[in-house]
Amino acid sequence: MTATRGTSAPDVRQTDPGPAGAGPGPANGTAVPAVRIEAVSKVHGRGAGAVLALDAISLDVAPGEFVCVVGASGCGKSTLLSLVAGLDAPTARTLTVPGRPALMFQESALYPWLTVAGNVELPLRLAGVGRAERRERARELLASVHLAEFAQRRPHQLSGGMRQRVALARTLALDSPVLLMDEPFGALDAMTRDLLHDELETLWRQRRPAVVFVTHNVREAARLGDRIVLLSSRPGRVVWQTTVDAPRPRRMDSPETAAVAAEVTDRLRAEVRRHGH
Amino acid sequence: MATDTNHDGVRPSPVGPAASAGRAATPGGTAGGSGQELSGLDALELAGAGRDRWWARVGRGAWPKLLALALVLVGWQLVVWSGWKPDYLLPGPVAVARGLADIVPTADFASAVATTMRRAVTGFAFAAVVGFVLGILVARIRVLRAAIGSMITALQTMPSIAWFPLAILLYQLTEGAIEFVIVLGAAPAIANGVIAGVDYVPPVLVRVGRNLGARGVGLYRHVIAPAALPSVLAGMKQGWAFAWHSLMAGELLVTIANRPALGQLLGVYRDQSDSLHLIGIMLVVLAIGLMVDAGFGAVNGAIRRRRGMT
Repeated sequence: MTATRGTSAPDVRQTDPGPAGAGPGPANGTAVPAVRIEAVSKVHGRGAGAVLALDAISLDVAPGEFVCVVGASGCGKSTLLSLVAGLDAPTARTLTVPGRPALMFQESALYPWLTVAGNVELPLRLAGVGRAERRERARELLASVHLAEFAQRRPHQLSGGMRQRVALARTLALDSPVLLMDEPFGALDAMTRDLLHDELETLWRQRRPAVVFVTHNVREAARLGDRIVLLSSRPGRVVWQTTVDAPRPRRMDSPETAAVAAEVTDRLRAEVRRHGH
Repeated sequence: MATDTNHDGVRPSPVGPAASAGRAATPGGTAGGSGQELSGLDALELAGAGRDRWWARVGRGAWPKLLALALVLVGWQLVVWSGWKPDYLLPGPVAVARGLADIVPTADFASAVATTMRRAVTGFAFAAVVGFVLGILVARIRVLRAAIGSMITALQTMPSIAWFPLAILLYQLTEGAIEFVIVLGAAPAIANGVIAGVDYVPPVLVRVGRNLGARGVGLYRHVIAPAALPSVLAGMKQGWAFAWHSLMAGELLVTIANRPALGQLLGVYRDQSDSLHLIGIMLVVLAIGLMVDAGFGAVNGAIRRRRGMT
């Protein structure tokens, strides 16, 4: 099962999986990584009921790199993001993240008591940015997600896809070099999700944050990622990774994307089979 | 791994939403095209989200209440006409309205309402402070929750009138005795509202807040307090009902010379066997209680509408 076998995508170049799966970023592996995860473990609970969620995960993300993390349920994808975001403390760790990574969830988690603009302004307000500058930057951010005219609406007046775009604008307001996304489009219909892929890719190209994008949708990973990292389940480990060189913008339904997705799906299935009887 | 079966077919043609929004669509979903497609989709999803004006809502809510009031008055009049009690013990609505019209313009009545409202406001304000502090402490400190969390609810089941004998011993026949019982009645309800509000803040909102840079007091100010507000208001509304109950009981029991109050007037008219004016004062007590309650209800409703909770 190697990526170069048979009819697999010509655009897939497999990096050496290695025992811990630690691999450099695609082209610029020598640069200082934006995120360095070194042998990070996380145990949930205590005593006999304790569960090893992450087992000595190592992963470097280069500045400006778009990494998609895929895995079956229970692989600790969300846990990994919480650790990188600093919302949870790892049990054992070497975690190097400069500054504060921005985090986005599957639910938009917009504050219903604030307007759309108020939500985008909140991180700026918390950072002590003055009112006029706040307003101007929120306006720019909302324009960048094509929602400028909805600035004074309330979150509940928007559709699910629009709410995720507001959440994206709010996350971008942190202006962090690292953007963590936890299945951000998982609850959206296919068409909205396709459009948001284009949208996210455009914004990523303009701003070039390092992105760690967690998803269970293999094709989404193939659509967006420079690199796809496969996590095993219970405990989570990096078991395999591949770089995707297909030119951007890619499409969900192109043969290249489908070929990459097929390769990742095979790996994922093999991983899931390991847990069967 | 059935999640990507959606995409096995042909990509949805951009002719659909974008064209129907009256814009030219770029095929293939390039950057410019995606913006137009997005706004087309937005326009489609938000179509028909109109909202009523406030007077339409008030009007819709008002007529069932007016109808119910009319039915009560008719029922009351029927009981009077049935001759169940003599007229001087149970007067009809018209006679009571005339009686009210006699006493409402008097200085005594104005001073009674002023005294009662002053007690209500100071007592409720004090109860709110105690309730807030207690609620925050119990919500944040685990030991305190285990120790007195359930006691707060138990305190609510204690009838306020049962506190008065002790309050009178502690404070004699003073304002202090009345305020003491108001606080004991209202503070637990307000504390419970605060505790429930803090407990039920969705964890994801807190996580997002921390990620956005909210720490300590900032997290409370920008995330937890606004998220808990509807529950806190519900607690205050309930606390107001308890305060009003306690106040009326207190004014019946703790009468202070030369200081007329609504509750005290109830006692005075009973002593004079003047049920005409007694019922009139009862209606005033009812009306004030309802008006404050409706005020809380209006604020709560406005918040829920703004947040899309209705």
